[in-house]
Amino acid sequence: MEQMKRRKFLGVSAVGMAAVAGSGVLVPAIANAANVAGWPAAAFDAKKLDEAMKDSIDTTSVKTSAKVRLTAPTIAENGAAVPVTVDVDHPMTADDYIESVYLYVDHNPTPLASAFHFTPDSGHAYFQERIKMAKTDMVRAVARTNKGVMMSSKPQEIKVTIGGCGG
Amino acid sequence: MAAIGNPMIRMASHAKKGQIVEVRSLIMNPMTTGLSKNKAGKLIPAHFIQTVTVTFNKKPLCNVDWSTAISANPYMAFKMRAVESGTLEMTWKDNTNGVWSSKAAITVA
Repeated sequence: MEQMKRRKFLGVSAVGMAAVAGSGVLVPAIANAANVAGWPAAAFDAKKLDEAMKDSIDTTSVKTSAKVRLTAPTIAENGAAVPVTVDVDHPMTADDYIESVYLYVDHNPTPLASAFHFTPDSGHAYFQERIKMAKTDMVRAVARTNKGVMMSSKPQEIKVTIGGCGG
Repeated sequence: MAAIGNPMIRMASHAKKGQIVEVRSLIMNPMTTGLSKNKAGKLIPAHFIQTVTVTFNKKPLCNVDWSTAISANPYMAFKMRAVESGTLEMTWKDNTNGVWSSKAAITVA
């Protein structure tokens, strides 16, 4: 029991320390000094879809392709956890493979949700994850090959009955 | 707050050479955005996993950058081409210096 208390205390104080470290500057808590090295803060902090796309893939218009398949429910009862699956029908060989897949939610407070980076050893550019959505919105995935060719999924609307951002 | 960490990996333990296997993973993390408030009206600080790196036999397989738009206790599934037997290792890092890793072994015949 004593040990449990100590653990809890240590846990709480660690979070407290992080808050203190971040409070010195007046920026959103997202941009605190503890960002993991290599994490693309600019792209993730962008507030508009255009900015988020520019910061992550350096363009705002990508041709849609049936090769990029985004699978998600058309109606999500709970915006706090919307299952999304993306798979790209493209070879995964050493000289031609899908390098990255970016997932955007058009009107989330920060539209870029995730950036996946693959290698030819992945065998298939595929991922599944659960995302938060503030409201009914469009979701899109953009894939980029190692040669810089880009293709986008068809934007898909997901209707959200309960938003996922608490408050 | 619920438990944090406790990473889990689910992957087939055996595969044929060349087969593409799915890997599923889960970790406990609040994934708070820093935008919502608690009952007292104070902002809850952002606390979320930012990167997940995956290696197979120490060689990079894939990696992910996450935003606060990933749901609490993030689930992630991805694929791997089974070429040789070995160990898959995943490492999760959050914005409060939290680091967790987990391993799973596969035998490829």
